[in-house]
Amino acid sequence: MIDVLSSVLLVSGLFFFLAGSIGLLRLPDLHSRLHALTKADNLGLGLLIAGLAVSSREPLMMLKLLLVWLAVLAASAASAHLIARHARRQETGH
Amino acid sequence: MNSTTLLAFDALLLISTVSLAWASLASSDERRGVILFMAFGLLLAMAWSRLQAPDVALAEAAIGAGLSGALLLSAVRREPVGLSRTGAEPVQNHEKTDYRMTLRWTVTLLCAAFTATLGWAYLSALSFGPHDGLPRAIAANLEASGVSNPVTAVLLNFRAWDTLLELAVLLTAALGILALGKESPAYQPAGVVFEGLIRWLVPLLILTAGYLLWVGAHAPGGAFQAGATLAAAGVVLRLAGRHRIGLPAGIRLRVLMAAGVGVFLLVGLVLMLAGRSFLGYPPALASLLILVIETAAMLAIAATLVLAFAGGRPQTDVLANTAVKLEASTASGPGPARPAGSGGTSNDCIPEKKAC
Repeated sequence: MIDVLSSVLLVSGLFFFLAGSIGLLRLPDLHSRLHALTKADNLGLGLLIAGLAVSSREPLMMLKLLLVWLAVLAASAASAHLIARHARRQETGH
Repeated sequence: MNSTTLLAFDALLLISTVSLAWASLASSDERRGVILFMAFGLLLAMAWSRLQAPDVALAEAAIGAGLSGALLLSAVRREPVGLSRTGAEPVQNHEKTDYRMTLRWTVTLLCAAFTATLGWAYLSALSFGPHDGLPRAIAANLEASGVSNPVTAVLLNFRAWDTLLELAVLLTAALGILALGKESPAYQPAGVVFEGLIRWLVPLLILTAGYLLWVGAHAPGGAFQAGATLAAAGVVLRLAGRHRIGLPAGIRLRVLMAAGVGVFLLVGLVLMLAGRSFLGYPPALASLLILVIETAAMLAIAATLVLAFAGGRPQTDVLANTAVKLEASTASGPGPARPAGSGGTSNDCIPEKKAC
């Protein structure tokens, strides 16, 4: 049961990673690529983490995995913001 | 089934690692090359963890991918004109092109020879029959080493000499960086979002460094990984445009950089005075002594790496400060030495003057 739940979470996480990667490759400009990448990858990572946490069955490991997700969430949100701001400044010539 | 999946994963990992290495080398844009190099480092870390060497994987991810990447990116930033490659510019000088081609082929041949030597060494090591003698010797003596992580036991006890000399190499590198002169210009101050990130990221990195140092006694971790994580805090602070990036000023910086080698030597010498061999810890004290040495080593490694990222003497340095004082007094006279809106490096240190 736990294995099934873990597999479902992992596979759906991979689906979001795939969607994010396709977005990165196919979307026309930097802003929409960032949009695809940060949203899809963060959700994908969350699902992967949830899948791994379910299969680990150890509270301490679950806590560590949760910390990894939170750290990546904050870092990717901030870096996406920095990249987008830099790009917009270059576009507006400021 | 399971082993086939793992084999497929390993093959994929191998192919991606080699392709990323090639893409990084072949990239005509330095920045792109560096970013590919960082991705290569992360995949290499994964390869190490597949080889069941989590200590090396941690070090590769922290130092190889993270800090080296940051160093290379800051070097690209420092270099105003890109180092153009042979193919990227129109051919003007036949002699120059010939020279470049010769150089390129020489490097390629040397690398090929090196790879062949490594392959030969690996194959001849395999032909020596069972090679589990060393792991067995380590396992047999692990009890007396003071730690239960075999890698830390080797690095800080059985082969402590090698680690001492490694730290001495780092100290030499730090001296070289100090000789480069002033640090490279500071980054512009962070905006609200980045500032908000570093407010909790830096404490988290410091906490993680302490954790890695402590956990190194019985699980993957240790002074090098912890030092790199601590240095990452300094790198983030510098990227956010802070004047102080965790490095103390003047003599204290020098003491900190020498702390790794110094504490190591001190422990060794005290043990000799107590009638033991150099760095031959008494088993009862081994775990404490290793922790003391590793703490000093972590601080020294972090200071050296942050110094490398700054690319020279920090502006908070006593020597740099006197230079800034002179500059400021000649430039702006006795008035308030803080013209609004100027982001020049000479003004960056004036708040520090009060502290000194």
